[in-house]
Amino acid sequence: MRIVADQELCIGSGMCVLTSEELFDQDPDDGHVIVRVEHPSPAQLEHAREAVAQCPSQALSLDDE
Amino acid sequence: MLGQDHESAAGEVRSAESRPRMTCPHAGSAPVEFPKDRLDPLEPPPELNALREERPLCRMRYPDGHAGWLVTGYALARSVLVDPRFTVGVYRMPVGDPVADSELHDATMSRPEGAGILIFQDSPQHTRIRRALAGYFTVRRVGEHREAIERIIDERLDSMERVGKPLDLLENFALPIPSMAICEMLGAAPDDRDAFEQPSAVMVDPEASAEDRIAAIEEFFTFCRGLVAEKRAAPGDDLLSHLVLGGELSTDEIVGAAQILFEGGHATTASMFSQIVFALLRERSEWEGLMAEPAKIPNLVEEFLRYVTILPAGAFARTATEDLELEGVQIKAGESVSVSLAAANRDPEKFDHPDDLDLSRDTTGHVGFGHGKHMCIGQHLARLELTLALAALMRRFPALELAVPAEEVEFLSGEHIISGVHTLQVTW
Repeated sequence: MRIVADQELCIGSGMCVLTSEELFDQDPDDGHVIVRVEHPSPAQLEHAREAVAQCPSQALSLDDE
Repeated sequence: MLGQDHESAAGEVRSAESRPRMTCPHAGSAPVEFPKDRLDPLEPPPELNALREERPLCRMRYPDGHAGWLVTGYALARSVLVDPRFTVGVYRMPVGDPVADSELHDATMSRPEGAGILIFQDSPQHTRIRRALAGYFTVRRVGEHREAIERIIDERLDSMERVGKPLDLLENFALPIPSMAICEMLGAAPDDRDAFEQPSAVMVDPEASAEDRIAAIEEFFTFCRGLVAEKRAAPGDDLLSHLVLGGELSTDEIVGAAQILFEGGHATTASMFSQIVFALLRERSEWEGLMAEPAKIPNLVEEFLRYVTILPAGAFARTATEDLELEGVQIKAGESVSVSLAAANRDPEKFDHPDDLDLSRDTTGHVGFGHGKHMCIGQHLARLELTLALAALMRRFPALELAVPAEEVEFLSGEHIISGVHTLQVTW
């Protein structure tokens, strides 16, 4: 699974960082999401799914590849 | 239809449909008025909970006579708040004085500074402003203000000792902290508090005349314009200076953004803090329990953001820009939908035993800060302020108690856009 972030949709709310600092960070300039771990491990997958569900602007998704 | 980008929202709607709720048969029945009468100041009006059980999407008559909609269910609330077919460009609230509200809104948004007031902007203008601001409100950047906030808190605690007991915790502690913190962040002097606290209070006062409210926003803009001019002349290391130097936004947009950041950055947090302390002191064993386990303060703050939703009816309505369908119900273009964040945060479909204040609860997904593109930009700042202030207050004043019986604490009426107390008299 791959975490995909749509920079056009991201509003920099930081909800993903609250969910997992391991998987996500925010750009210091515009607050946009930085995916730190593109391919989450099985152990990280639950957090990745949670972040996708919580993103208020629906900028995150999980790709099957 | 919802596009692919909104797949998860569509999923929520589908799961909502599978529930045995009588949405469609009731949705067309007589419009309700927004329930405002609370039996307990910290509980949503019972009628609001009843609506969520029976008709999570129902017709509602707004105070201006408009026949729109009220959403009380969690899943539907979230899907409306991310739905791009709604605009925030029509100001309509289910509470308050509709004439004065709309005159204030028109007077505000007809000015060039309105372009920077992102809560009333749709994309792409909203996106432009939000992007210019978001970098200053990340978890990390907000964390950089921690020491400054702790210093502000310590000064207020010292001041409380000087003032002596009993005192109003709202005026002496809960309000100055977020006000002075937003001053620090934006680059205003702490004494500038009055310049935005007073006009803000008039603007949201349901009793104030349209004339007074319009005078208040003009005063507010004058303050912000002066501050932005100062930053242009002598930039410092603060948000407004950086915006001025960054050149992404026009001066009018920066002035408008400053206005909404000052306005949104103080009374909401102050009100939330007062209600947290009221709840803990009303059941004083809760205060003592938390003092014994201060590590739970962040859990308490987060749970409270869910439990006592600061904007019970949301910040503003969403108005349909086209005919659309929600849970099988037809919403016509031009009809407004209000999302009760308070009702959504007490939805048993999302939160087990939603009426219990439970510090071990997983609060993930609560909508205390809203949801969607307009989700509160200052949420991480609010969390930090509330957490640090509560911990410090407990350390300095462990014997804090209400100075009047809990029943005598006066709360804002249901006509106010935010929930909160008028004053909170405490002693120790």
